[in-house]
Amino acid sequence: MISKYSRIFLLFLLFAAPIFVLAQDHGHDHDDHSDQDHSEHTQEAHGENHSHEGDHHAGCGCDHHAEEKEYNPTPDAFHHIADANAYHVVGDIYVPLPCMLYAPESGWTFMMSNKFDYGHNHGTGKKAINGYVLNHGEIMRVSDSSFPMNEEVEIDCITHGEGDSYVVNYKGTCYALDYKSTVDGGLFGGGITSFYDFSITKNVFTMLLAFLLVFLIFRAVAKGYKAREGNAPKGIQSLVEPIFLFIRDEVAIPFLGHKYERFLPFLMSIFFFILALNLVGQIPFFPGSANVTGALAVTGALAIITFILVNINGNGHYWQHIFWMPGVPVFVKPLLAFIEILSLFIKPLTLMLRLAANITAGHIVIFIFVALIFIFGNAGQSMVGTGIGTLLSVPLTLFMMTIELIVAFVQAFVFTILTASYIGAAIEEHHH
Amino acid sequence: MTGTLTAIGMGLAVIGAGIGIGTVGGKAMDAIARQPEAAGDIRSNMILMAAFVEGAALIAIILGFIS
Repeated sequence: MISKYSRIFLLFLLFAAPIFVLAQDHGHDHDDHSDQDHSEHTQEAHGENHSHEGDHHAGCGCDHHAEEKEYNPTPDAFHHIADANAYHVVGDIYVPLPCMLYAPESGWTFMMSNKFDYGHNHGTGKKAINGYVLNHGEIMRVSDSSFPMNEEVEIDCITHGEGDSYVVNYKGTCYALDYKSTVDGGLFGGGITSFYDFSITKNVFTMLLAFLLVFLIFRAVAKGYKAREGNAPKGIQSLVEPIFLFIRDEVAIPFLGHKYERFLPFLMSIFFFILALNLVGQIPFFPGSANVTGALAVTGALAIITFILVNINGNGHYWQHIFWMPGVPVFVKPLLAFIEILSLFIKPLTLMLRLAANITAGHIVIFIFVALIFIFGNAGQSMVGTGIGTLLSVPLTLFMMTIELIVAFVQAFVFTILTASYIGAAIEEHHH
Repeated sequence: MTGTLTAIGMGLAVIGAGIGIGTVGGKAMDAIARQPEAAGDIRSNMILMAAFVEGAALIAIILGFIS
């Protein structure tokens, strides 16, 4: 009995430890800040926390705010779920990632992201290289051509400009920054920018890791079947086989009938890829934590693949049901055709949104539960509040992470079952 | 406070989806209780239907984002 309780307590400590480290880290930031230490570090923290509230100064300068405000977890949560060009581990430790940038005017730029010198600065680089700057782990490009474009220069800081935009302060002058080039970050923000970012970002890195993981697991399983043909499964085979059979017997065969073997590789790839990404995203430290299946670009690509596969396999009956529905009065047919064509595009759209929204929501909820410590502790200033916040936060985070494990499986399953049902509707034989 | 109306709209959409998914889940439980041997089929169809209901809520959420 005693050992049972002590084990639970140890588990609690294990989860509490990183949170205390984070709390220390944050407390440290804000101590700096209340000491009126006007380092860039502090300015950044301010620029981030306050400019959303609209108190942006008219001239260009690095903002200095004296008064302490309540901790607002929203910007931090959005930085956590966004893609990044440097992998945040803990505190000031970042893993640099390779950057491959292309701008039509200045050509290609290759470098590692630690060249931006983001050391003690919350992932914001102190240098501008060929007009690129690193803002909270994201690469942005100066859109003003009077900025020294083809060299390395020290910048003063990056602050919020008008609306959602950022400006870089270099020698007392402000230069506007382009939005980031990918579609996923700003939730339909993005748009056309002056540069293209082909970098191995956090999300791309995690995807490569998931590819490798799934490949190694399945190679081991395949070897196991070869070595022990006809015998009972062993080791990792016993883990993969029930999941594989479940997808085949519950998803592929009921929806696709006797033609299931043709689509089984696709369904399995999509299921295990999404599952691996969801689970790797649940690891709260370095090789994990990326919100890959919560990025609209990733789920959008998967949904487009499904859309293409469904429509190139669609038979005559499928297209007839879309354009000229049989068995209804003639005056209803054009109306139904309109609705069916709409639903043709809504299907992959909801497929994309469902996965992204569910995984992003999970990441944000876990982040907010961890942020309870800072909300209760008044950003590390109140020790009692931090203690209460931790007591609240640890069980809630633990609970939510368990729920997210289930969600990881359910969402991978739902994506696969819906894909199978769409393919099934497209290849179904006619029988009236 | 910005986006308050959007937040209300998203809340209303979630009420609709909640009623829908609740009905789907409840009826599926009834069905499984009546015919436990068909539990597998019922469960797959339940998840499928819940996903369709959720789709409507997701469209509402996206309309909330772009408005």
